[in-house]
Order: sequence, then C-alpha cells, then structure tokens
Amino acid sequence: MNKADTREPIQTDAVIIGAGPVGLFAVFELGLLDLKAHVIDILPKPGGQCAELYPEKPIYDIPGWPVITGEGLVEKLLAQIKPFSPHFHLGERVEGLARQKDGGFRLATDNGTVIEAKVVVVAAGGGSFESKKPPLAGIEDYEGKSVFYLVRRIEDFRGKRVVVAGGGDSALDWTLNLAPVAKSLTLLHRRDQFRAAPDSVLKMKALASEGKITFELGQLHALEGADGKLARVIARREDKSTFPLEADALLPFFGLTMKLGPVANWGLKLADGLIAVDTAKFQTSVPGIFAIGDINTYPGKLKLILCGFHEAALMAQAAAHVVDPGRRIVFQYTTTSTSLHKKLGVS
Amino acid sequence: MPKITYIEHGGKKHIVDAPVGTTVMENAIKNGVPGIVAECGGACSCATCHVHVDGAWKEKVGPPSPMEEDMLDFAFDVQPTSRLSCQIKVTEELDGLVVHTPAQQG
Repeated sequence: MNKADTREPIQTDAVIIGAGPVGLFAVFELGLLDLKAHVIDILPKPGGQCAELYPEKPIYDIPGWPVITGEGLVEKLLAQIKPFSPHFHLGERVEGLARQKDGGFRLATDNGTVIEAKVVVVAAGGGSFESKKPPLAGIEDYEGKSVFYLVRRIEDFRGKRVVVAGGGDSALDWTLNLAPVAKSLTLLHRRDQFRAAPDSVLKMKALASEGKITFELGQLHALEGADGKLARVIARREDKSTFPLEADALLPFFGLTMKLGPVANWGLKLADGLIAVDTAKFQTSVPGIFAIGDINTYPGKLKLILCGFHEAALMAQAAAHVVDPGRRIVFQYTTTSTSLHKKLGVS
Repeated sequence: MPKITYIEHGGKKHIVDAPVGTTVMENAIKNGVPGIVAECGGACSCATCHVHVDGAWKEKVGPPSPMEEDMLDFAFDVQPTSRLSCQIKVTEELDGLVVHTPAQQG
C-alpha cells in the first residue's frame, strides 16, 4: 500500500506549489480574500530561486526597493504573509494531482502528504529543483540502489565502502556524517579547495590526516558493477589518467538543477515547456488550476518577479470565485479597509 | 562585430555575431545554441553555462575568478580550460573565439 494512502488528507482552500517569491505572495493575495493556503516546495526552505540560486545577489526591479537581495526579499515576503499563517510542506515534491468528484483536487507528495484543495496554484518557477546527475554511462541502473543523490537514513551506509563526489557543503557534510558508520569513505573532488563551510573543511582534513577517510583529487569518470550493484568508481585525474575506487555506494553532490518535473504530466496545456494561461484569471486549461510566475506563459509574458505579483493578485480573485461561486467580492484597499486591517492583524 | 564559434559535444559548429560587452553565454542563448542552459540567467550561481575554451584561446580569455572557480565545482568534466560562459565578456580581442560545450550541463 502506498504510504500516501495511510494518512488523513489535509483539507484546505488552496494549495500553492512552489514557495518562491510569487508563491509566497499568492498566500497574501489569497489570504486577503479569506482563502487558506498550504504551500509545498521541494527545497528545504522557502524562497525558491531567490534562496537557492542568488540569496546574496541584488535585485533592482522590485517596486519600492531600489535594491534588495534575494534573501532579503524572501524575508520581507515571509513577514508580509505571516498574518495568514500559511502551512509549509518543505522538502516535498508533488507527485500526483487528481480531480475529485466534488470538483476539487487531491494532491500527493513524495513524502506521503495528501492534501485536498478547492484550487491549485502552480507557482513552480523553472520547475522543481533536482540533484544534478553526473553524465556517466549506465548511471540510471545504479540510481536508488548504489548511487544516491540524497541520504534518507545514515544507517543504510553502515559497513559500506562509500565514495562521496563533490566539493560543496553537501559533499563535506555527508563525508563528516557518514565517516563514523561507513566501512571506508573516500571524498573525490577535482581540487584541494572547497566551496563549503571552513569548519567542515577543517574537520574533513583532520579525518583524512588521521586516516579515517581518504581524500582523492579527481573527477568521476565511469562506474563498474552489475545489476545496479556498484563495485568500483573510476576516477580521472586532471592529466586524464584514471584510477579505481572500490565502492558499494556513490553519493554525487553537484548542486541542483531545475526540471519541469511531474507538472508536465497533469494534462495542462503547455506552450514551449511552460503552462499556458489566460491573462484575466491566470487559469490553466484545467478550471481550478492556476499558474503564476515564471512557469506560465501568455502573449507578452515577462519572467519578472513583479509580473508574478500582479498575476497572483488577479489569480486570487478568480480562485475565490471557484472556491465560492456565489460570492460577491467587494474590492478593497489594504490602506483603508477595516476588514482587511483585521485580517492583517493591524486593526 | 566579433564572432564566436560554439562547437557542440557532437562536433556541430555554430558561428554567431557577438556585440562587445555582452557575455559568451548571452550570445549562445540569444542565438539558440544548444548545450548552454544558463539556468540562473548569468548570476554565476548554477554552473549550467560551462564551456571548454579552445586551447588556442586559453591565454586571451584568461582564468576564472575565484567565485567562478568555486561554481565550477558543480559542473561535470571540468578541464584546465573550463569557464562559465556567463563570466566571459566579449571584447574586440576575442573576435574569433572558439568554445566547446560539454556533453551535459546538469
């Protein structure tokens, strides 16, 4: 039985897929119209590309902010949506989306979370972040058996000969965490410098000098083994000579890349790999499913955060009508409306 | 206007006009050259615009900055001539530049 079937589904008005700036602002716009939202993101923290790709880089075209960093913008948005207490499901990827008999939707994540919602807002930016896969012949055969892009349980590596490849924080962290349980651990990196917390680097070097782990200079070249069971990782030096590393498991950590992912299979009309929407409601070809931000397309579309904010505002009006078709929405300003003040907790 | 030649992993050549001051990545994207993804849009934070600068051009193009060298840790098949193409600015001196795109960006 699927893990997803064992939990009580969460009931809510809206599910937002993607916790980037546009997804976060959608919480605000939906909240003003009394729609409660759950937000799902594959990353372990909110912010999407702003948090993952350019937290410290300045953005110059957010209205009212001559300059703000990606991280700074996410912080402000989280403060702005706090009155609406959104529920976050982080580190989870939406796998399935199905229409219910009552017209609502049922979503299931890879972590077993099941949510039933009246509307779905896809704010997934460039798609879902996934681990980069090294271009090694036949690597697919080993994935999930001896090649892993994330560690679910440290115990799975007890007594194993482990090769960690990469030089960032994930590579260093897992080298330190797995060294005590692994039979042997080799860290393979192309140079003797690391883009990681200096403290982790020092700890790794200490382990290497004590002989508890091995550090090898080189890059991944090939895999050897059979039936998904790894025997050796072949590494390559800068001079192109190769050397074998005996291994039961390989953990490659080369950062993340964006893929459209399961969204592509939900029957939404796509155009150039993006979700087609109308510009009055930002609704997709499936009524009740909206798409805002970088993942949508329409004539004149610009992939700007500020455009995504506008799309969120119009989407919320349309979503409110889907949730309660008979509702009469009175347009109000946050500056003057006492009822909005109450929702924002500023009355 | 300077010209840049991009050679795909399979050997296919693309020659494009590249205005001075733009980046080698921007000209690839603008002209639809395959093999350069540039996921982060040129912020030196994703390593999906990785190229191998042709050996003959290595000196003229110069080495990566320390930040770029760090990002190259997230690329595959990194070679001594590896650069992130979003960090190579086109100059008159680079007219004729040849870069090779790797088998896979990520």
